[in-house]
Amino acid sequence: MSMYAIEILGLEKTYAVGFWRKRPKSALRPLDLSVEAGEVFGFLGPNGAGKTTTLKLLMGLVFPSGGSARILGMGINDPRMKAQIGFLPEQPYFYDYLTANELLEYYAQLSGVAAKERRRKVVEVLTRVGLEDVRGTQLRKFSKGMLQRVGIAQAILHDPKVLFFDEPMSGLDPIGRREVRDLMEELKQQGKTVFFSTHILSDAESLCDRVAIIHLGELRGVGAVADLTSSVEGKVEIIWHGGAVPASLQALTSKCHLRGDTVRAVVREANQDAAIDGLRQAGIRIISVTPVRSSLEEYFVRKLKPSETAAGVRS
Amino acid sequence: MSVRILHIASNTFREVVRDRVLYNLIAFTLLMSGASILVGQISIGIERLVVVNLGLTAVSLFGMVIAIFIGIGLVSKEIEKRTLYTVLSRPVGRWEFIVGKFFGLAGTLVVNTVFMAVGVFAALLYVSGTFAWADAWILVALYFIVLQFLMITAIALLFSTFSSPLLAAVFAFSLFVIGSFAEDLRGFAAMAHGVSRILATGAAYLVPNFSSLNIITSVAHQQPVAGEFIASNSLYALVYTAMVLCGAVLIFECRNLK
Repeated sequence: MSMYAIEILGLEKTYAVGFWRKRPKSALRPLDLSVEAGEVFGFLGPNGAGKTTTLKLLMGLVFPSGGSARILGMGINDPRMKAQIGFLPEQPYFYDYLTANELLEYYAQLSGVAAKERRRKVVEVLTRVGLEDVRGTQLRKFSKGMLQRVGIAQAILHDPKVLFFDEPMSGLDPIGRREVRDLMEELKQQGKTVFFSTHILSDAESLCDRVAIIHLGELRGVGAVADLTSSVEGKVEIIWHGGAVPASLQALTSKCHLRGDTVRAVVREANQDAAIDGLRQAGIRIISVTPVRSSLEEYFVRKLKPSETAAGVRS
Repeated sequence: MSVRILHIASNTFREVVRDRVLYNLIAFTLLMSGASILVGQISIGIERLVVVNLGLTAVSLFGMVIAIFIGIGLVSKEIEKRTLYTVLSRPVGRWEFIVGKFFGLAGTLVVNTVFMAVGVFAALLYVSGTFAWADAWILVALYFIVLQFLMITAIALLFSTFSSPLLAAVFAFSLFVIGSFAEDLRGFAAMAHGVSRILATGAAYLVPNFSSLNIITSVAHQQPVAGEFIASNSLYALVYTAMVLCGAVLIFECRNLK
């Protein structure tokens, strides 16, 4: 069996658009990606980047134009695999004539949860997502945030090994978002693999072991958050004692902040040695030299050119 | 049968019931009560004929309307509202979903028909004062009506897998109307010549033969129904339904749920 929880091999999707003269439109270019068991993996990209298409391909809701994928070492249409995964679609909508309790009972039946365990599991997950008090209420009376919680409950109901969340924080208030983050941490602690798509970068930064960035259906980068951010930024922060900024340093940076008799400057990594030499030659005592870690957002903005970002949002 | 089909069917049954579809029974009860009282006052000697005719026609029409208007949304509504995503991401085959939906609506129609049948017999008892042995043929007519429901449910479901609810309604209703004249169509086809005869015959046999399943007038006149006729009609309806369902499954198995 494969060591990867999720293996995507050249998966692609092209739709035919237009009414009379059909023309191909690529929603996902050949995508190669693997996610290890127990990882929390973020799938990032602006709206229309191909995140939901990828998830739908993995769930067998749309059929690939090429390539393949394996989840837990099994094909994407293998029912044995489907019994071991959970899926939260983007902005989920459920049978609104059912109560939360009835809906989860139904999903438990479809997932093959044993009859004697069903009731206990349903109550357990509803308590876990904070909906135990409204379990007998029809879903048509639920708010967007409550429906999102129901969505999470149905995804974890049958104790799956791999979870796929499409924009799990969407529609949640700050408390709800915190709770989902905690839940994902908890799932990680339990050894579950979580693959989630988002365009909210702070969520990915705080939760993910690794992230992939997709844009216009194309993979732009994949790796640990720390690696990705360090690979592009390449800046160092130098702090020294004394109120002066040597002339040699003024040419290397435009960002010098003076506070008391301490100066803080940020220079490009390539200019680090020249800056330190300049300070030493001026007889200035250096307090610290620290690499600056950029946020994932900066990486994201740099990786996707502004024009492309705009195009992505439009599509 | 897969246990998942039963779960999907029972959920569909619950959906239809909670959609207040069975409220049609109230309208049916009012219709039958009013008709019985009125017929008792204005008809002389043909009260039974009128009540059976009216009652069975109402059972058929009420059921057909439910089968078409609920059936056309069975799949398309689930795609549109995306409720299907959380079902098909579980170990549920697409064919199981289609077959489960079919049995759910078919089950609702059977329950509906049973209640309506009770209404028809109650109205008959009211106007006749007693039951005759020939009234048992009404049960055969009701059975044939249920067979028609199975066929039209499968047809509505088939259209629901690839077209919008509006188009599916138009297609299903058109087939219902054409199918009600299927015997005439076959007659016309037999009179044609050459290629047009082949095409007309093909078309006549492709549409559902509802006219053969409509024995309302004959049972209203207390005419018996031959066992062979019941057997052949049963076989025809079940094979036709199964074939249409297979078509629905084949289309749905290939459909991208965008």
